[in-house]
Amino acid sequence: MSPTALAEKTPDSPARQIVESAVVRFAGDSGDGMQLTGGQFTLATAFAGNELATFPDFPAEIRAPAGTLFGVSSFQINFGSRVIKTAGDAFDVLIAMNPAALKVELPGLKPGGIIIADTGSFGERDLRKAGYDANPLEDGSLDGYQLIALDISKFTLEAVKESGLSNKDALRCKNLWTLGFVYWMYGRDRKPTADWLNAKFKKAPEVAAANIAAMDAGHTVAETMELPDGLHGFQVEAAEIAPGTYRTVTGAEALAWGLAAGTHLADIQMVFASYPITPASQVLHSLSRLVEYDVLTFQAEDEIAAACAAIGASFGGSLGVTSSSGPGIALKTEAIGLAIAVELPMVIVNSQRAGPSTGMPTKTEQSDLYQAVYGRNADAPVCVLAARSPADCFETAIEAVRIAIKYMTPVFLLTDGYIGNAAEPWNIPDINNFEKIPVSFRTDPEGFHPFLRDEETLARPWAIPGTPGLEHRIGGIERDYDSGNISYDPGNHQKMTDTRFAKIAGIAKEIPAQTVEDGNTTGKLAVVGWGSTYGPISRAVANSRAQGMDVSHIHLRHIWPMPQNLGELLKGYDHVLVPEMNHGQLVTVLRAEYLIDAEGMNKVSGQPFKIVEIEDAIRTRLEK
Amino acid sequence: MNVVTPPEALSPKDFATDQEVRWCPGCGDYAILKGVQKTLADIGARPENTVFVSGIGCAARFPYYMATYGFHTIHGRAPAFATGLKLANPELDVWLVSGDGDALSIGGNHLFHLLRRNLDVQFLLFNNEIYGLTKGQYSPTSRVGTQSPSTPWGSLDNPASATVFALGAGAKFVARGIDTNQKHLPTVLTRAHAHKGASFVEIFQNCKVYNDGVFENFTGRDVSADMQIFVEHGKPLTFGKDGDKGLILNTKSLTLKIATIGENGVTEDDILVHDETNLMIATLLAHMEPPTMPVALGVLYCAEGVSYDEEVGELVRDHGRKGKDKPDFNALLRAGRTWEVS
Repeated sequence: MSPTALAEKTPDSPARQIVESAVVRFAGDSGDGMQLTGGQFTLATAFAGNELATFPDFPAEIRAPAGTLFGVSSFQINFGSRVIKTAGDAFDVLIAMNPAALKVELPGLKPGGIIIADTGSFGERDLRKAGYDANPLEDGSLDGYQLIALDISKFTLEAVKESGLSNKDALRCKNLWTLGFVYWMYGRDRKPTADWLNAKFKKAPEVAAANIAAMDAGHTVAETMELPDGLHGFQVEAAEIAPGTYRTVTGAEALAWGLAAGTHLADIQMVFASYPITPASQVLHSLSRLVEYDVLTFQAEDEIAAACAAIGASFGGSLGVTSSSGPGIALKTEAIGLAIAVELPMVIVNSQRAGPSTGMPTKTEQSDLYQAVYGRNADAPVCVLAARSPADCFETAIEAVRIAIKYMTPVFLLTDGYIGNAAEPWNIPDINNFEKIPVSFRTDPEGFHPFLRDEETLARPWAIPGTPGLEHRIGGIERDYDSGNISYDPGNHQKMTDTRFAKIAGIAKEIPAQTVEDGNTTGKLAVVGWGSTYGPISRAVANSRAQGMDVSHIHLRHIWPMPQNLGELLKGYDHVLVPEMNHGQLVTVLRAEYLIDAEGMNKVSGQPFKIVEIEDAIRTRLEK
Repeated sequence: MNVVTPPEALSPKDFATDQEVRWCPGCGDYAILKGVQKTLADIGARPENTVFVSGIGCAARFPYYMATYGFHTIHGRAPAFATGLKLANPELDVWLVSGDGDALSIGGNHLFHLLRRNLDVQFLLFNNEIYGLTKGQYSPTSRVGTQSPSTPWGSLDNPASATVFALGAGAKFVARGIDTNQKHLPTVLTRAHAHKGASFVEIFQNCKVYNDGVFENFTGRDVSADMQIFVEHGKPLTFGKDGDKGLILNTKSLTLKIATIGENGVTEDDILVHDETNLMIATLLAHMEPPTMPVALGVLYCAEGVSYDEEVGELVRDHGRKGKDKPDFNALLRAGRTWEVS
């Protein structure tokens, strides 16, 4: 197909094509503003009443050399009039702001999908940098797609001519021009973005005006030009969405607010101590603004200090929280061991990323499950929870705070780079609907010692400095069961180790029984997931069930201890399949705990599972 | 009307726990423990508001012997625990106890940040120039050539000066004492306690088992008068058996030298007067070492500065609840762009 010619449309242009859902991927250079463009498209789409899920996918380099393959920054959104659970597999529309973006992203485009490309960025040098010998927009290699090749650079310069911006600054409005174009394609309202631009560039109104002009121009061009055959724009009807007040939320935001909600419900201060690390820093940024909500943040000198400061804060009667990603968690490990030994509440957030070592900091993985469950010296059990989606981070974080305080224990809260960065619409909950988290600081000196335990939970009392009569010493040396004093007694160490184990195992008594997300409680195949694989698994299982397959979806929030009924539940299926973005961690734990023949399905490419990959695995399993 | 009864005065013994002290016989730590307990009684410290935080090492057992709150943490990280503790409750009176390995080897990073941050705590560094608890390896303050189980032919690396390090890190209060000098040590600790911000005190502590007598060249009975100088703000820097020795500043080379009053026309007016607010004088004093120079003891440096605790308090005043009873959490969740679905 040849590049589109500009031509006036006839007034009786055909109506928009109605589609149930669409996947759009914005791709460009790191400096092209693709994340911003995607974010605005997300907001406009949410306002249009669609269900949606997003996947920001960007390089670790802050400003990678322009035009390179490794400098491509992308943002994917899946939206529709039906329930959307993932950012989508193959995309319907690819926006390629330069040859590198086209080269990197083309394999993900559906056959016959739409490409919007900026010919102004397809010069000889740009092509060479991306490794193209010939211009793919002209050599017929894209014949299997619907190509909309436009000189977006030139259009943008024309649109913002009046603004007085330099050429360079004017060209930076290209992304808004493109956004305007895509807005027209999907019938999106431009006003929220215009409002946002005006607010963002309050101090530079000429920049706001130029960007708005570019967006409007892109919209007008799309409206008036003749698109490839049969393309008249799309309409995605509003989804049936539960009533309520909504906002878009990323996992990092929801997690930060969830932690703050937890300490708010407990009516204590949170001290959040952290050291910047990708992709966890956003949680620190969000919480640093919440001083009004009794949150103090502390950017420590390193990961270890962050963990230690959190524990020190818990000793003092605040809830200490620390947050990092795998390599940083590794550094905190010794401190976490101390928190286990002295039995202080603490929440440790791990925004997992691809590893080992530095690995791929901006790419997602869920390979720190072993680290959370087992990764310490000695017998050092902790509670481990995992959030499944951006919105789920809120509730899971509250749960982490609740368990940490009730059981006087560190709690791991696992999320990952995908959940942290991805946004979804969120039916904002009412804080008053959450149960309060009771906190009782010990004040009575009568019969007190620091390891006097609650008979039911086995938790020790929270006795904080400043309380007269309760002066006591705690530390890493083994403590006597009956006094808390230093003890090297063999029998005592056995008893304390058993007690620490029993305390954590006892959490299982209060966590909800494991339910089945979708499908029957017995059958041929259970697909068991945890964390961010929730989206693709649930869609794949739903699709497979719609085709009559006997498959069920079970998704764990409680990784350690596991729900009491989980073993029995899993034994009710002929096969258990465990898709994970690691080399097989939960599957090993399930096999070890329940002696079942669970089978792994593993992907460690830094990319989330595609629905189709899990559908294929389900089919193969059932055909066995 | 409520009658407020003043808390009964506590004696040093009231700050001792019932736990058996387990340092080696003759360890300098016993003397320091006594000095600290006396100081707490002297300053009228309340056990419930006092917290001792330590890392790992012989010195780090200290909290177990204090009838206050205590936290024996992990190696080198006591400053970080103390920071979190003070963020939770800035009213607490927090003392950190550390050794040369804990503070300057594994914990050098944290000590540096504690001092530059100026957290309002007292940091006591028991310097015995050796690793005691791990049985005698050389430490970052050991002199070159120290023979130890890990350095059979003598240590190779240059030692660090704890006090020079503290000054370099930006500490606003830097002082020194000697374990066995029970008259002097409590006065230094009292000053450290009175100072707002991070107060750093290096205490020369003899390790009877692994490094006995390492400080003899300035603590020995026969040499101490000539090899120790007790600095006092506003007073001339004199020392010696007869008090006739003094420090003179060579203004050309910016170095200190020893002079004797009454010799070569030197009068008391020529002797440098200690100004504890002067970083340059403190630095010159900190660098003095035997055998050529005496060891400076007392408060070398004490300057005004805003503590981290105060900065955090101000942040909370400016951006916190501002008198509001309980913040409206629902308002937080609904701030920004929202939309209604009905």
